[in-house]
Amino acid sequence: MAVHRRTYRPYAGTLTGPAWRFLVMARYAALDLLESRLVLVFLVVAYIPFLVECGLVFVANNAVARALLGMQGASPLDIDAAFFLRALRVQGFLAFVLAAAVGPGLVAPDLANGALPLYLSRPLSRTEYVAGKMAVLLGLLSFVTWIPNIAVYLLQASLADDWLGGHLHLGRAILLGSLLWIAVIGLMALALSAMVRRRLVASLLMCALFFVGVPFGEIWRQVMGNMWGRLANLAYLIRLVWSDLFGVAPEVMTRRGRVIPDLPYWAALGALLFVAAASLWLLERRVRAKEIVR
Amino acid sequence: MTAPLIELSGLTVRLGGRTVLDGLDVKLQGRAIGLLGPNGAGKSTLINTLLGFYTPAAGTARVLGRDARKESRAVRARVGYMPENDAFLADMSGVRFVRYMAELAGLPPREALERAHEAFFYVGLGEARYRKVGTYSLGMKQMAKLAQAIAHGPELLLLDEPTNGLDPQARQRMIRLIREIRDAGQMRILLSSHLLRDVEECCDEVLILKAGKLAAHCDLEEERRANRRFLEIETAARGAELSEAVRAIGCECAFFGVNGSGGGRLKVVLPEAVEVRDLYRLAGERDVLIRRMSYRRNSLEDIFLSAMEPAALGPEEAASRPDRGTDGGS
Repeated sequence: MAVHRRTYRPYAGTLTGPAWRFLVMARYAALDLLESRLVLVFLVVAYIPFLVECGLVFVANNAVARALLGMQGASPLDIDAAFFLRALRVQGFLAFVLAAAVGPGLVAPDLANGALPLYLSRPLSRTEYVAGKMAVLLGLLSFVTWIPNIAVYLLQASLADDWLGGHLHLGRAILLGSLLWIAVIGLMALALSAMVRRRLVASLLMCALFFVGVPFGEIWRQVMGNMWGRLANLAYLIRLVWSDLFGVAPEVMTRRGRVIPDLPYWAALGALLFVAAASLWLLERRVRAKEIVR
Repeated sequence: MTAPLIELSGLTVRLGGRTVLDGLDVKLQGRAIGLLGPNGAGKSTLINTLLGFYTPAAGTARVLGRDARKESRAVRARVGYMPENDAFLADMSGVRFVRYMAELAGLPPREALERAHEAFFYVGLGEARYRKVGTYSLGMKQMAKLAQAIAHGPELLLLDEPTNGLDPQARQRMIRLIREIRDAGQMRILLSSHLLRDVEECCDEVLILKAGKLAAHCDLEEERRANRRFLEIETAARGAELSEAVRAIGCECAFFGVNGSGGGRLKVVLPEAVEVRDLYRLAGERDVLIRRMSYRRNSLEDIFLSAMEPAALGPEEAASRPDRGTDGGS
């Protein structure tokens, strides 16, 4: 049919299934993001650690490669829980940077341009709106967290004899640890952008919350004499949870030769879940077709 | 019997501790329904309630036979909505924006793209469809909002102040489009406006709200038909003679003379068989000079002003008026 014909005709064709319709938002947002060169460059850079880890795994499992590099005897490099934990910490940091840069751009423009009534006047709930936006972050952050780490894990499993059976928990730890981190920073990015409605301000606020937690925890410790101030330190909290998931003792922290006890694992996990829940609450308050002015 | 387009039963909506809609009871059936009222009367709140954005504190609202709150997804699948305020995605091209909205309404990607193009041409923005929506003028943004509201082929179009901020030319274009949509008969329209002319030009049924209450509900077509044969004629002289002649051909006529000049005003009700040209003929035969002749009928403005009077405060009062029932029976 000629599209320039100036007539209106009703639609009588088929409709897509309502259950997964929220993924339309994810598709459009992903296409928009992939048009950004900055995002593409970042995604490429995020895979440099992955390539390094693949090289290390290969060398650790290949005597010929070690010989070529001048290494004698058994591999000096252990491909163990600590190795995968370090890898996840690197990728986790990159994921945070990506979430802070990209996440606010998913919701803030909709709120700033008053587009929510347009979304929500379709057969789409507020939950589906948030799920659609979160799906973009889930895909993007998965691409820089558990996907490369699981790939390294599978490479190790394929190169080392009888390794997989004894290290199944590592695969589970990579998956669960990554998904927890994605949920926390993804929801946080969406919630902050819904709160301030400005993309740049939301990104800066997210970075501020991330980095201010470190000095806050230290000041708290100095003043109050305990570690509970570290509940504001997101990086520290996720490190504790990941350490527990991987079965690796957290790095012992010392100050002037005195061992500083860590927070309990449950407190760290609880604090992270609290951040996710608070973000959801904020989204519930802010993502509305119409605001009620009291 | 088909279900009413919109049916409100004791609909009460409270927002921020304030009662914004207060016990609305009405059934609306028109092809194009005007929602009138001064600012703050509750027009936008009613539309938002029909879309399921607000929860009624009491009563129900049914749209196309479905409960607007409990079956809001089913309702929203069948309506198109053009919001009052700026609502768009600034970084998207016009056609991509409309395609996106159509896909969210359930159209497959290919059909959504085709209909987005069609909708843009339909609203007269075909040449600008690849420009980013953020660069559009206010009038173009209004048209883009209309395009996204109709692209998925809704059964009911909710237009909230569609001519807001438009210059006279753009307003005319918008009104013409709304009338075209109405006359095509594919979609029914609920048009909210505080501009009487917009409603008068587009709608055949009108609901007037005042302070959240139903001030009046009338069938404009019925009003127009009922008042069509009222004529007011002003003569320079010999008005009484013309009045006699007019009565003789079967018209009801009242003559109001002016100070013995012989002239005055005639109020004439024309029966079906009598045309205006018959009156001219009678005047010509008697050499009566007609200074002015005009139809007089209750304009929407009359109805609106009457509804805004202090007496017109609630459905009971509105229902007591013979020409303005509140149950949609008109």
